[in-house]
Amino acid sequence: MPNNNASASNNMNESTRASIPSLQTTRKSATNSTQTIVRADNVNVFYGNTQALHDVSIDIQEQQITALIGPSGCGKSTFLRCINRMNDVIDECKITGQITLNKEDIYAPSIDVVSLRRKVGMVFQKPNPFPKSIFDNIAYGPRIHGIAEDKDDLEEIVVNSLNKAGLFSEVKDRLHNSALGLSGGQQQRLCIARAIAINPEVLLMDEPCSALDPIATNHVEDLMWELKENYTIIIVTHSMQQAARVSQRTGFFHMGSLVEVGQTEQIFQNPVDKRTHDYITGRFG
Amino acid sequence: MSSLLTFVVALSLTLMSGLRGWHRAKSKSNLHSRPIYHGLNHGLWVALPMLAISSLWLISDSMIIKPSVLSELTQNSKVLLKDTDFRYLEITQIANGLLLTHTDDANTLQAVQSYLQTKENTDTFILTMLLVSGLLGFRGVNRRFKESTPAREQVERIVKIVLAASSAVAVLTTAGIVMALLFETLRFFQQVPFTDFLFGTHWSPQMAIRADQAGSSGAFGAIPLFVGTLLIASIAMLIAVPVGLYSAIYLAEYAQPKLRAYAKPALEILAGIPTVVYGFFAALTVAPMIVDICRAAGLSASSESALAAGLVMGIMIIPFVSSLSEDVISAVPQSLRDGSLAMGATKAETIRKVVLPSALPGIVSALLLAFSRAIGETMIVVMAAGLAANMTANPLESVTTITAQIVTILVGDQSFDSPKTLSAFALGLTLFCFTLLLNILALRVVRKYREQYA
Repeated sequence: MPNNNASASNNMNESTRASIPSLQTTRKSATNSTQTIVRADNVNVFYGNTQALHDVSIDIQEQQITALIGPSGCGKSTFLRCINRMNDVIDECKITGQITLNKEDIYAPSIDVVSLRRKVGMVFQKPNPFPKSIFDNIAYGPRIHGIAEDKDDLEEIVVNSLNKAGLFSEVKDRLHNSALGLSGGQQQRLCIARAIAINPEVLLMDEPCSALDPIATNHVEDLMWELKENYTIIIVTHSMQQAARVSQRTGFFHMGSLVEVGQTEQIFQNPVDKRTHDYITGRFG
Repeated sequence: MSSLLTFVVALSLTLMSGLRGWHRAKSKSNLHSRPIYHGLNHGLWVALPMLAISSLWLISDSMIIKPSVLSELTQNSKVLLKDTDFRYLEITQIANGLLLTHTDDANTLQAVQSYLQTKENTDTFILTMLLVSGLLGFRGVNRRFKESTPAREQVERIVKIVLAASSAVAVLTTAGIVMALLFETLRFFQQVPFTDFLFGTHWSPQMAIRADQAGSSGAFGAIPLFVGTLLIASIAMLIAVPVGLYSAIYLAEYAQPKLRAYAKPALEILAGIPTVVYGFFAALTVAPMIVDICRAAGLSASSESALAAGLVMGIMIIPFVSSLSEDVISAVPQSLRDGSLAMGATKAETIRKVVLPSALPGIVSALLLAFSRAIGETMIVVMAAGLAANMTANPLESVTTITAQIVTILVGDQSFDSPKTLSAFALGLTLFCFTLLLNILALRVVRKYREQYA
C-alpha cells in the first residue's frame, strides 16, 4: 500500500512541476498590497483527549487565495473549521490560542457566532444544496440575515450571485426547479453562489473539488480566480496541482502542525523544510 | 395415533435419505457441491413428495368421502338436497363419538358404517401413496447420485420456492379476507341500497328478527359513523401531531445522546400498552375528569364523550408520530445542517428552514400512518366514546365509530343473513378501503422522499 501511494504521488508531482511555469505565464500573480485579514496565533485543537492541532500560527492575506495542503488527517480541515467556528457543533472539541478576523478575537465571548459566519462563508467537500429550488438556495442567506429590502432586491442578489459563480446562464430558465436536479459541478458552484450571496469577507473552501470531475474542477478553479478580486479565499486541497494552479500562498500541514507557509512558487520550487520537500516530491506515505 | 406414526416414519425416512446422501458424498473427491448440499438434496427429494401427497388429506373429506357417503344415503332414503350438509355433519359426529343422542334410524347407522369404511380406505390409500412416494424419491435421488450432481443449485432452487410460497401465503390470505368482505358486503347491498348506506344520516341497525318482536325496522345510514370516526381521529391527531413532532425534534436535534438512548425507548413503551388499558384509562379517569371540568365551566358533557376517547387515543399514537419522525429527522444529512449553519443561520432557523422541509415527506407519511391507526382503533372508542350514533361535531357529546359499531353488531348471537349483521361487513370494507387509501398515500410520499437523497 505505501509503495503504491508513493508512486502515485510521484506521477502527480511531475505534472505539478510542469504546470508551474504555465501558471506564471497565463495567470500573472496578483497585487502585492497584502494586508492580514485572518491571523491565527498558537492555535491548539483537542478532540476529547487527542490533540488535532499543535500551535498553529498563520497570517492570511486579504484578497488572496491561500491553499492549505498536507496528507490526510494532518489537521488542515480542522484548522479551516476553526476560522468560522464550525467546530462549535462538535461537543468534545476544545480550542486554545487566538484567531482574529480584522484584529477581532473570534472566540471572544462578545462575538456572536452568527455574525461571524455571515462574514466567513464556507463551501464543503461534498456539494450540499438544500432540497429546495435553485432560487431558494441562493436566497437562503439573504433571507435569514434580512439583507434584501424587497422582492426585486432579493432577485437581484440571486442573479448577481449566480452570475459571479458563472452559473446563471446554465440555470436561468429553471431557477424555480429543485437544486438537486443539477450536476455535481453545478451543485458545487451553486453552493459557492449561495455562500457569496451574503457577501462574506472570507470564503473557506474544504476540498471543494474532490467530488468533481476535471471539467467541473476547472470551472470551480476559474471561478476562484475571479472571486479573489473581491474575497479572501482559504482552500484546503489534496491536489498539489490545484494548490499550485490557484493559490498565491501555500501552507503545508503535517501531523497537526503547520510545517511551512510561504509564497506558492517558493513552497513548490524551493521548500525550506525537509518534510515539505518530501511531501511535494511524493516521498511521503 | 396413526398420524403420529406416519409423521415419525416420514421424518426418519427423510433423515435416512439425507444422511445417506451426505455420507456418500463425503467419501468422494471431485464433488461439484459440498457434502452438506448433497445431504440436503437427498432429504428434500424424500420429504417434498411426501409433503405433497399428505396435502391430499386436506381435500379427501370433501372430494372423496362426502360424495360417496351422500350418494349412498340418497339412494337408500329420501333426503332433501338442502339437508345433506346437516345430515353429513350428524353422520361424522356419530362416527367420531361426538354426538351423544342415540339414533335407531337404520339408514343413518348404515351411513355411519359406510363413512367409517370409506374413511379407512381413503386413509390407507393416502398412507400407501405417501410411503411409496417417499421410497421412490429415496431410490431416485440415490440412483442419480454423481460427483457432478449440482446439489447446491437444486437445494437453492427449492429454498427459493419455499420462500416464494411463504410470501404467497400472506398475499393470498389478504386476498381471501378481501374477497370474504366483498361477498358479504354485496349481500348486504342486495338488502339495503348502496346510496342509503353511503349517504344516509340515520344509523340504527336493530331490527325485528321475528314478526312478534318489538324493534325498529333498521336504518343503515353510515354518515354518523364516518363523522364520529373522523371527529375522534381528528381530536387524536390534534394531540399527537404537535406533541409527537416537538418531542421528535427535541430528541433528534437537541437531546444529548445519553438522554436520547433512554427517552426514546421510554416513549416507545407507550406503544406497547394494550389498547384495552388505554380504554379503561379513558373511560374511568379521563371521561369523568372532562365531565367535572365542563361542569365547572358551565358546559354539559356526556359521561362518554368523543373528547375523552380522542384525547387518550392521541396519547396512544404519540409514539408513532415521534418515533417515526425522529428517525426521519435524524436521517437528514449532517451536511445540510452544516451548510445552513455555515451561512450564519441559528440552530432554530436551520431546523425550521432546512431540516424540517427536508424531512417533510417522511414526517407526512408518519402522520398518515398514525392517522390510519387512529381510525382503526376500537377498544378506546368502545369503552370511552359510547355507542350512540350521533351526528355531531361537538366533542362533548357521545359518538360512535365504524370499528365500535362492528364490535357491537358482531358481539353475541347472530343470524348471518340479517342486514344488521351484514352491515358489519360493509362497514369493514369501507374502513379497509379508507386505510388502504391512506397507506397508499403514505407509501407514495415515502417513495418520493427516497428519491430525494438517492
